[in-house]
Amino acid sequence: MSLLNVSGLDVYYGSIHAIKDISFEVNEGEIVTLIGANGAGKSTTLNTIAGLLKPRKGSVLLNDKNLLGTPAHKIVKEGMALCPEGRRIFQQLTVRENLEMGAYTGDGTGLLEDLDMVTDLFPRLKERYKQVAGTLSGGEQQMLAMGRALMSHPKILMLDEPSMGLAPILVEQIFDIIQRLHSKGTTILLVEQNAQMALSVADRGYVLETGRIVTTGTGKELLNNDSVRKAYLGG
Amino acid sequence: MLSYLINGISLGSVYAIIALGYTMVYGIAKMLNFAHGDVIMIGGYMAFCSTSYLGWPVIPSVLFSIIVCTMLGIVIERLAYKPLRDASSLAVLITAIGVSYFLQNAALLIWSSNPKAFPNMVELPNLVIGDIQISSVAIVTIIACIVIMIALTMFTTKTKLGKAMRAVSEDKGAAQLMGINVNATISMTFAIGSGLAAIAGVLLCSAYPTLMPTTGAMPGIKAFTAAVFGGIGSIPGAMLGGILLGIIEIFAKAYISTQLSDAIVFAVLIIVLIVKPTGLLGKKMAEKV
Repeated sequence: MSLLNVSGLDVYYGSIHAIKDISFEVNEGEIVTLIGANGAGKSTTLNTIAGLLKPRKGSVLLNDKNLLGTPAHKIVKEGMALCPEGRRIFQQLTVRENLEMGAYTGDGTGLLEDLDMVTDLFPRLKERYKQVAGTLSGGEQQMLAMGRALMSHPKILMLDEPSMGLAPILVEQIFDIIQRLHSKGTTILLVEQNAQMALSVADRGYVLETGRIVTTGTGKELLNNDSVRKAYLGG
Repeated sequence: MLSYLINGISLGSVYAIIALGYTMVYGIAKMLNFAHGDVIMIGGYMAFCSTSYLGWPVIPSVLFSIIVCTMLGIVIERLAYKPLRDASSLAVLITAIGVSYFLQNAALLIWSSNPKAFPNMVELPNLVIGDIQISSVAIVTIIACIVIMIALTMFTTKTKLGKAMRAVSEDKGAAQLMGINVNATISMTFAIGSGLAAIAGVLLCSAYPTLMPTTGAMPGIKAFTAAVFGGIGSIPGAMLGGILLGIIEIFAKAYISTQLSDAIVFAVLIIVLIVKPTGLLGKKMAEKV
């Protein structure tokens, strides 16, 4: 049984048909990646799963429970966390307050342990604890956004372009963390433009083109797939 | 001189309490609630009715006024503004002006246009230091303002709900992803702002004891000015803007001209906005790409 099962999803922006009949699944403990060019519909897919956008058709099942129609603020409690594109940390809140917001749906018990869990993963955040988040560097902001998403103990963590705008060394670090989370058993749905990196850590991948899934396979298969290499990996 | 200063701070404290309502609502809903001034007037009438008609003591009638205004704030947001959450800001602004007229005319129907003499809510002796006399209303107003300021600061920095409020004011989408109920948070902000408006109404009418359906209009505009002056969206800014505005107004009345005092107040606002468009404590919104 798959943890997350998306089927027949159709999403429109006004009259623009952004997502066309997309179906995919994520099994427990897997890293699954959605890759594709700008505008292929990757972020739209994640935002729809997280409840920020309403699809016309389709279903989103988490542990066989349909989450479609559940407002975004209730979806966190069901065990999904989205670390959104562009990070969207709360710039005027401190690092600690941002992490506390990540645990908003919790009842406050275990908050300190969870803060420790995140700062163990990202020691840099510990140094910046009392600092206003807007003063962090891009890499630190990405770490904060990921840490914030982890605070709710999600069954599935969705990461939208975690490497965007980061220097190569930071991209490596972020992917190291993704692998560490994976090895601890976290289920991850990863959206990336950096297809090379994404496919090298992913168990399976789906390739999106203008709102449709065109190819699927294991990370390795897609890395060696000729058309994928041509389109996304620079030959 | 000193008594002018204290009167100025006292008047400014009322502006500050009203300005907090403007600034909090603006910060979270990104809208100017021009009906806010009229909630003050309703607060005044509620306190007036419960003391003069029902003969209630001061504390219960102030509480009654706060409760009515809090609920009024929630109802206004729910009926008038919530359906326009995704509408253009012009539509929301015009609706707010409509709500303002609605409240004024409803008050006109219920209480008529005859001014009511507001009972003295602060039955304490005036403070006399040497040859200066400071009215007890002024002192109570200043203390109320300080208490409210401290309470609001504690609320927004120490409590989970307060932090969530700041998160919503910054990024509604991201706040939803954290599991924060954005609609409930906006509703709560209107409730707090309107409750504060009731307190401001009682204090204002105690200092200037005539109550009419248009009583809230001018202080409302002035407090809005104070909020912009201090930097709209900023809680300490509303406080600072309100108090400075009160001091400027009283000094202008005392030393320059009673008739021109309002013009001078607004002239100062224009100068501040030319020099520092975000207001005294306003933050520049940096877009990080």
